[in-house]
Amino acid sequence: MTKKLLEMNNQTDVQQLICQGSWTLANLNQLKKDYDQINWNNLKTIAIDGNAIYKMDTSGAWILQKILKQLNQQQTKFNLAHFHNEHLLLLKMIAAQETHLKEIPQPKRFNWLHRLGQRSYDQLQFIQAFLAFIGELSLIALRVIRNPRAIRWRLLLNIIETSGYQALPIIALLSFMIGVVLTYQMGLQLRTYGANIFIVDLLGFSVFREFGPLLTAIIIAGRTGSAFAAQIGTMVLNEEVDALRTLGIAPAELLVLPKLFGLIIVMPLLSMWANLFGLLGGMLMAKGMLGVTFYDFFERFAQVVSARSLWIGLIKTPIFALLIASIGCFQGMQVSGGADSVGRHTTRSVVQITFCIIITDALFSILFTRLGL
Amino acid sequence: MNEPIIELKHIKNYLGNSWVHNDLNLSVTRGEILAIVGGSGAGKSTLLRTMLMLQTPTAGTIKVFGQEITPNSTTALHYLHQHSGVLFQHNALFSSFTLLENVAFPLKEHTQLTQQTINQLALLKILAAGLTVEDANKYPAELSGGMQKRAALARAIALDPELLFLDEPTAGLDPQSAAAFDELVLNLQKTLELTIVMVTHDIDTLWQVTNRVAFLGEGRVLAIAPIAELVTINNPLLQAYFTGPRGRAIEKIYSGKKN
Ligand SMILES: Nc1ncnc2c1ncn2[C@@H]1O[C@H](COP(=O)(O)OP(=O)(O)OP(=O)(O)O)[C@@H](O)[C@H]1O
Ligand SMILES: [Mg+2]
Repeated sequence: MTKKLLEMNNQTDVQQLICQGSWTLANLNQLKKDYDQINWNNLKTIAIDGNAIYKMDTSGAWILQKILKQLNQQQTKFNLAHFHNEHLLLLKMIAAQETHLKEIPQPKRFNWLHRLGQRSYDQLQFIQAFLAFIGELSLIALRVIRNPRAIRWRLLLNIIETSGYQALPIIALLSFMIGVVLTYQMGLQLRTYGANIFIVDLLGFSVFREFGPLLTAIIIAGRTGSAFAAQIGTMVLNEEVDALRTLGIAPAELLVLPKLFGLIIVMPLLSMWANLFGLLGGMLMAKGMLGVTFYDFFERFAQVVSARSLWIGLIKTPIFALLIASIGCFQGMQVSGGADSVGRHTTRSVVQITFCIIITDALFSILFTRLGL
Repeated sequence: MNEPIIELKHIKNYLGNSWVHNDLNLSVTRGEILAIVGGSGAGKSTLLRTMLMLQTPTAGTIKVFGQEITPNSTTALHYLHQHSGVLFQHNALFSSFTLLENVAFPLKEHTQLTQQTINQLALLKILAAGLTVEDANKYPAELSGGMQKRAALARAIALDPELLFLDEPTAGLDPQSAAAFDELVLNLQKTLELTIVMVTHDIDTLWQVTNRVAFLGEGRVLAIAPIAELVTINNPLLQAYFTGPRGRAIEKIYSGKKN
């Protein structure tokens, strides 16, 4: 058994409290245990002997201060004997600090009605902030378009490279695979009817009208939209955005507009690229699984798939670009506080972008059906 | 008393296309308060980072607590990081923790105390650093610059470390708080026998609390001596640093006092 750090000695005529050993953080649990084992009641006078303490840190001094306070409260007389000077000094420091110690103010808790109200109000605020952001962006965009020399070409090209050019491989790979999977699934059905050649119709329409643009938008949302939010969010935390404002530059002009224009340029091109690889995947699969030769495939393709399908798909892409850039940047601007806020808003940006893209796509489908396209 | 707690030998650091340190030697004695001074960009922060092995030196050996540390000496590094506290130049507070959680964090990680005890101890440190209990639930972003500095100090001393590294602890503090900081550092040294290595530009602090001052320049320690001696050394770089109008005024006050 280890030696006690705190012990009562009843042998002498005056009761003696013996403190010994290392009164440090590492031994604090032991010290508290020893403290609890002592019977503090019915003490008249005691001498506290600290000669054998060879090391004391603030936590040890804190315990000692607690003992002294308790003795004071139960009006026991005590004197401190043989304490080292530096330990007494430490005790004095802690005692001085302790007088300022009080309960930490607890944050107020509100009932559900209050919280519901708060949430609704926050949502309204959010919508208002988003509208304001879009408004500011539109004004600046109009100003810049009228004066093309104000466009920041370098930033724009940079966006085209990082968000467009560098995304080519991943988009090619994923659309190729989607093409393969689509053909496989549809081919299983078509084969039972012996309608193998119709794979060309199905593939052409679905890739051009839906899968190409949608897949591109979702990849870009995850790849670029989140990056926009994280980049701008970190800049907000670092007060870089405020610094821009004080230099008389609208953050939206420098940070958002090039991203917006860049994506609007890049998205249709990337969708075209996705279409190409989607069809390529489908074509290879059609040959392997359904026995549709490349010649047959192209011949049928030229007959049934009109350029209109392509345009219907591509026309959606600038809208998607608008959604990705504006929501990504807006969420970045909303960051405040600390690092976890960046994480939260980045996540939110991807979720909201994906949500809006799919809703928009559905609306387009309805619109095109109504128009009979 | 005279054994070195940190020993740097022939340290070289190559950063951003230039030699920040070139054959730097320095040893820190147990129980002393050593200040590192030098012009901006002289490599003071980099030196602290090197001592903590947050950055591997290009060449040279580092011994802390008598053990040589390298990026691979995990036990020595673990010991070092458990027995030292660091205040970074830009505070490096955890932004998603409140002040109390920031200070309580090292206690929670390295001790088996109850939450209540940890909170009490953390509050004591917060008070010691000159903040109030009302600030305890605030997030770093809600604290002023000087308050963040004090919060970082509170976290650095949370474990009563044997070795304390402070990078510009009084930068951004009002004169009164800076004086309170000086007093706190002196008290810590006296009562806990801490060894403190600090980077500072505060000439008052240099005169008030340090035992020795190391002057960094040209990638080396140009001189290391108690401040009263250091200001008399005849070296153009040192002279330029200490005999500017500010340095001279303060020197007069203190050297007058000591005589
Ligand atoms: N990660 C890095 N990459 C490149 N260069 C660096 C890096 N960190 C520091 N440096 C260079 O090392 C030199 C020393 O930097 P350091 O931050 O140590 O200076 P300092 O003495 O602490 O200055 P201050 O008093 O202004 O804080 C500077 O010239 C800086 O440019
Ligand atoms: Mg520095």
